[in-house]
Amino acid sequence: MASASLISLSQLPVGATATLRDFPKAGTAFLRLREMGLLAGTTLTLVRTAPLGDPIEIKVRGYHLTLRKSEADHILVEPAA
Amino acid sequence: MALPAHITVNAAGATSRQPVYALVGNPNCGKSTLFNALTGLKQKVGNYPGVTVEKKIGTAYSQHGQPITVIDLPGTYSLAARSPDEAVTRDVLLGRRADTAQPDRILCIVDATNLERNLYLVHQILDLGRPVILVLNMMDLAARAGLEIRVEQLEKLLGIPVIACEAIHQRGLIELKLAMSRADLPLARHAWTVPAAIAPAVSEIAAALVEGDRKSPLVARAEALLLLTDQDSVRVAGSTPLSHRTIEILRAWQSRWTQEGTDWAGTLVSSRYDAIGALAAEVVQLRTEAGPSTSDKIDAIATHALWGWVVLGAVMTLLFFSIFTLAESPMNWIDGHVAALSDAIKSAMPPGDLRDLITDGAVGGVGGVLVFLPQILILFFFIGLLESTGYMARAAFIMDRLMSRVGLNGKSFIPMLSSYACAIPGIMATRTIEDPKDRLVTILVAPLMSCSARLPVYLLMIAALVPGERVPIFTKVGIMLFMYALGTAGAFFFAWLFKRTLLKGEPPLMIMELPPYRLPGFKDVALHMLERAWIFVRRAGTVILGISIILWFLSAYPKAPEGATPTAQLAQSFAGRAGHAIEPLIKPIGFDWQIGIGLISSFAAREVFVSTMGVVFNAESTDETTAPLRTALLSAKWPDGRALFTPLVCFTLMIFYVFAMQCMSTIAVVKRETNGWKWPIFQTLYMTGTAWILSFIVYQGGRALGF
Repeated sequence: MASASLISLSQLPVGATATLRDFPKAGTAFLRLREMGLLAGTTLTLVRTAPLGDPIEIKVRGYHLTLRKSEADHILVEPAA
Repeated sequence: MALPAHITVNAAGATSRQPVYALVGNPNCGKSTLFNALTGLKQKVGNYPGVTVEKKIGTAYSQHGQPITVIDLPGTYSLAARSPDEAVTRDVLLGRRADTAQPDRILCIVDATNLERNLYLVHQILDLGRPVILVLNMMDLAARAGLEIRVEQLEKLLGIPVIACEAIHQRGLIELKLAMSRADLPLARHAWTVPAAIAPAVSEIAAALVEGDRKSPLVARAEALLLLTDQDSVRVAGSTPLSHRTIEILRAWQSRWTQEGTDWAGTLVSSRYDAIGALAAEVVQLRTEAGPSTSDKIDAIATHALWGWVVLGAVMTLLFFSIFTLAESPMNWIDGHVAALSDAIKSAMPPGDLRDLITDGAVGGVGGVLVFLPQILILFFFIGLLESTGYMARAAFIMDRLMSRVGLNGKSFIPMLSSYACAIPGIMATRTIEDPKDRLVTILVAPLMSCSARLPVYLLMIAALVPGERVPIFTKVGIMLFMYALGTAGAFFFAWLFKRTLLKGEPPLMIMELPPYRLPGFKDVALHMLERAWIFVRRAGTVILGISIILWFLSAYPKAPEGATPTAQLAQSFAGRAGHAIEPLIKPIGFDWQIGIGLISSFAAREVFVSTMGVVFNAESTDETTAPLRTALLSAKWPDGRALFTPLVCFTLMIFYVFAMQCMSTIAVVKRETNGWKWPIFQTLYMTGTAWILSFIVYQGGRALGF
């Protein structure tokens, strides 16, 4: 897998599915996201963005989760072909 | 060593004491519904000492009528707590709280439609080595989503009772109660091996916890795992701090791993999810690939870039329409009956102070509390409905961007909005905000939203400001809207200010689950509403009653000579003297001592200002919109003959009411929610200070401009 194919979660287009690849290790926000099942290799779908563009809504492990773009910026994903 | 309480068995084979169950689960998994279904109305709601987290304890009865105590712990996704509520769950389960004994057994409820994420918490809880019963809730919804869950297989793999259940339909409760009353609950076959890189640290820290902190071996292992996952778990408010040795060992491992580049917390989380994944693969099967769910279809509209606003606007309009229209006739009914009761007592008792104390102080005070009850009930009902249907999370999702401008997150939206009706339910609704600083900021600014008790004051002042029947209604509505907008702008300004200065913190997160839409359980919503309303009656009610009695005393003593008019009596009473005493303070903003009496009386509830003005200016009728009071106000004069209620003074008075903290019951609730006097005092000072300064600018500026 070439690292060139990785984009940040906030750049993922609405409706697209991607695989989570990398994640900051520090920070309480990221620990909580991991505990809620966002791990390297997890598949997720960007469902929509809020009416004002932030936060975003993703579907992961069968449930819907919101997070702000400021966190999504640091999450690297590989879009499904 | 004595046997743990949960396996103490007497000769008859029954447990020797009533077992205590802790009920735990993720948010939105139906935990409250199950708790209500198990315990019915046998619930005790209080607070954990030292924190503003609700402590709910109920009694369930086994099939044989044996009582079983159930503690409903706050919902959480993980034992790595992120909020005071979650910290309580963690600390009770780990036996860290002195006020709550470690529960003997644990009832874990999970949402069957979302097994993987829900099992994460279960997985952590199984580490505790207590007997666990797993409740798979919402089995009907799982089936509808095309999921087949093999309950027996899960039971076999975990080695603990697993009960399929639909709490909202009362299904599976008998099986659950049977399991709960078993004397011999098995411990889980917990097949989870800690990753090799972390295992030595777990054993070492667990040993230190046993030796240095006197933890039992199983709890020590669970706590060691938690300390390694979550840095913050070291700081435990309200319980004994960990020994230095334990912390040293923990720090040593952490710095070693940091040097090696080992992501220890991530490794632990991943290995749990690996174990859960293996488990789920064996028990969950997707029979049919379901298309877009009903929730997806609703959200396509409810969170749509355009329609989302329309829906939000419609929901909020409906909420306020209900509060102001549905509440009106019960409020009039209460008003009427309180007045009738008062009259009945007046005609039955000989005139005197005792009679006046009962009618004006006690009956009036109780009436003052009850009259707010319809609005409060409707508001709590709606908040409960929004929560249990899942729309609350959508409202937060839509509003988050706007709230983030002032440093808050979307979850502050509903509490602030509720405060337009009454700040008390608004402040009580802030408990859904996880971040303590965000919660506090929301509490501090919520009373700036113009509540319904200010409405009569605005109406009276508008009537005096623009008298005459031919004034276009738009002018009156315009002034009213301006006051609401001013309060709202003030709330946002102060939220922004506090988040930047006093309560600076990390930018709030918006990591929030959007649960599927669900039909509300009306029993749960009703129970929630009654519970909240009872808190209102107890907290606000006692304060309003007390203040009413004090105000009655202050206005009845010392006695004026026989035959004095009520106006003369009030003028020379303690209240009148207090009005005179504060006159130097309020003269610069255009108010005299008579208005001062009104300001003081507002501490019972702001709307009392209107009836006080009626007595002060000797109006026959004290209805805020009718002519007599307005005429009486307009003919009021300063001693030098200047008119008292000039348009500028009316306007200034409204501005003062927008900002000033004059509500004793709100102060009492803020004290309860912030656990002390510090914040309510600060709030009273900053709000009233702002009110004075703005009133000063408006009044003096207006005068300089010739108004």
